Amino acid sequence: GPDPLITEVQPWAQGLGDGVDATPYGLPIEFESDVIRRNVPWLTADPISSINFTPIHALDGTITPQGCAFERHHSGAIELAKPDYRLMVNGLVEKPLVFTYADLERFPRENHVYFCECAANTGMEWAGAQLNGAQFTHGMIHNMEYTGVSLRTLLEEAGADLSGDKWVYVEGADASSNGRSIPMEKALDDVLVAFKANGEALRKEHGYPVRLVVPGWEGNMWVKWLRRIEVMDGPVESREETSKYTDVMEDGSARKWTWVMDAKSVVTSPSPQSPITHGAGPLVITGLAWSGHGRITRVDVSKDGGMTWETARLAREGENKALTRFYLDTEWDGSEMLLQSRAMDETGYVQPTKAQLREVRGLNSVYHNNCIQTWHVKENGEAENVEVS
Amino acid sequence: ESYGLGREALPEEIAAWDLDVSPDGTGLPPGSGSVEDGEAIFAEACGACHGVFAEGVGNWPKLAGGDGTLANEDPVKTVGSYWPYLSTTFDYVHRSMPFGNAQSLTADEVYAITAYILYSNFIVEDDFVLSNDNFTEVEMPNADGFFVDDRAETEYPIWSGEPCMQNCKDSVEITMRATVLDVTPEETAEEAAPAAEEAAAEPAPEAAVEETAAVDPELAAAGEKVFRKCSACHQVGEGAKNRAGPQLNGIVGRDIGGVDGFRYSGTMADHGGVWDEATLAAFLADPRGTFKGTKMAFAGLKKEDDVAAVIAYLKDASANAN
Repeated sequence: GPDPLITEVQPWAQGLGDGVDATPYGLPIEFESDVIRRNVPWLTADPISSINFTPIHALDGTITPQGCAFERHHSGAIELAKPDYRLMVNGLVEKPLVFTYADLERFPRENHVYFCECAANTGMEWAGAQLNGAQFTHGMIHNMEYTGVSLRTLLEEAGADLSGDKWVYVEGADASSNGRSIPMEKALDDVLVAFKANGEALRKEHGYPVRLVVPGWEGNMWVKWLRRIEVMDGPVESREETSKYTDVMEDGSARKWTWVMDAKSVVTSPSPQSPITHGAGPLVITGLAWSGHGRITRVDVSKDGGMTWETARLAREGENKALTRFYLDTEWDGSEMLLQSRAMDETGYVQPTKAQLREVRGLNSVYHNNCIQTWHVKENGEAENVEVS
Repeated sequence: ESYGLGREALPEEIAAWDLDVSPDGTGLPPGSGSVEDGEAIFAEACGACHGVFAEGVGNWPKLAGGDGTLANEDPVKTVGSYWPYLSTTFDYVHRSMPFGNAQSLTADEVYAITAYILYSNFIVEDDFVLSNDNFTEVEMPNADGFFVDDRAETEYPIWSGEPCMQNCKDSVEITMRATVLDVTPEETAEEAAPAAEEAAAEPAPEAAVEETAAVDPELAAAGEKVFRKCSACHQVGEGAKNRAGPQLNGIVGRDIGGVDGFRYSGTMADHGGVWDEATLAAFLADPRGTFKGTKMAFAGLKKEDDVAAVIAYLKDASANAN
């Protein structure tokens, strides 16, 4: 029969909605209340030093709204007001300087879209399929348009020694300080001292009022609440670059300074938290791809666990060190699928399988797991995180 | 090009912030500390999370042990088994520990704690004294255990080029399923609940509202912020559990040392009596002065306003926990 939603006058078509200013700063409509960050409580000892995950299974396009972009804190998200903000540049400089927030706004600004991925993204999956959802397996990532001043500008302002063998040590104003050492070549290349994301001020949880943006490199180096930049002769070898964020190989030796995030992709829908609900027929398979080495050039999708592949459509041409959205507009016959995606970047690198990664690194790496992910989509449209031969 | 922005950093300012210590000892403040002193300081300042023998409590990091496990299935990465530089330990403790009370330790205390962590890893003897003079003489067991990122040589060449598109494998089997492990958090009813249900649920805790009427909401809100210092070890409110410290629901009016299942210090367990506001205020201002021997590794709240605010918050949060 006829659809009453069409044939009957609905309240929203008769009465009135909210006036302007009902919500001076709006949040998503109530029907979207499940599109939120989530954490995995057993991962860490305490939510103050922990991580949560972006609901990538429920988002589309490439820009991550700040309100649901994953958070990682080492001693909690602090409240630091702009008037209390100071940024020091010292060390091997002609003149050590202190900037206020207002000072930073007077330098020439740049705008760039970059992804920020925690080195531990997908880290729980090394030993086997563990977490059932793209949010949990791949949600330690976000992608924002940043506005800020290049780190190079601030280093030059202080008359820093910019020789290629120097290092830049950066730390935050929070109790963890989360200090990291960055080689000068990278510091001068594309590192940004950012104060806006997606057009508005950074959120508290992302380092308000100022954070570092280190394009293509692991998220831990994107120091939040940035308070100090020191030019040095060598790396500090801080806790976050020795005890953590180093990669133990099978023989017990460990890789260090593994800063770049290699090319990676994941199908975000269908996926365990985003099952197929419409039965057989037209189906949009979609996902995200990214590379810390530059642009994504191609993404292939397999429905049979990697036996055959077809090339997906990129929503837009891949952008440097930013998320790329891909679509495979397909027909689903209602049978089981083993869905995979495989990214390639401008260097010719091809995203490896988990077996290939394990062959080189063993099982104990924790960080930098960029393996091909498999979702088992069942006949009823539900999906599960699996590993395949 | 110079923009002439910013001002020159003063030496005192640089000294206050430039605390990092490098592997060659650059940045070490003058000072010293013994294993013996470190044992006591560690027990008080670090033991609640890291264990009095640095063995770790619950999910908190183990700082000792794990020798020879790095090639095992589950390597135990501690200061002794994994950390390549001693400077990292000093640097991190000095700047960022204890958790929730960073930069409260003197240089000598940090030397002592570092010495004790070395001792707990069998790297030095019990009569060892660590100082800025002998710091770089300590040999870390895993100093040679690291190599610089070699992915460009060992991985990129083999994972490049035109990938297979057809007949890439003969067959595919599922070898593991996430649902077998069942470690994925449930999406809780609370977050998925439609707005109508939430509204219906709201007026429930009426009794609690009456009790909290006596608490100044602004003071309680201020106390909630101060309580962040405490929240590394203590929980309060609905579902609060004992962690490094006992849960604090109903603390005002509760028996001292009275939470079942929490291992109190002898001092606290044997004290008797109840926590009234005056006792609690004295304890919060000076924990170890008020209850000598308490396990609570916290220096105390220096401001009277903060003490009052935290007590207001504890009362408020306890009431809302019902």
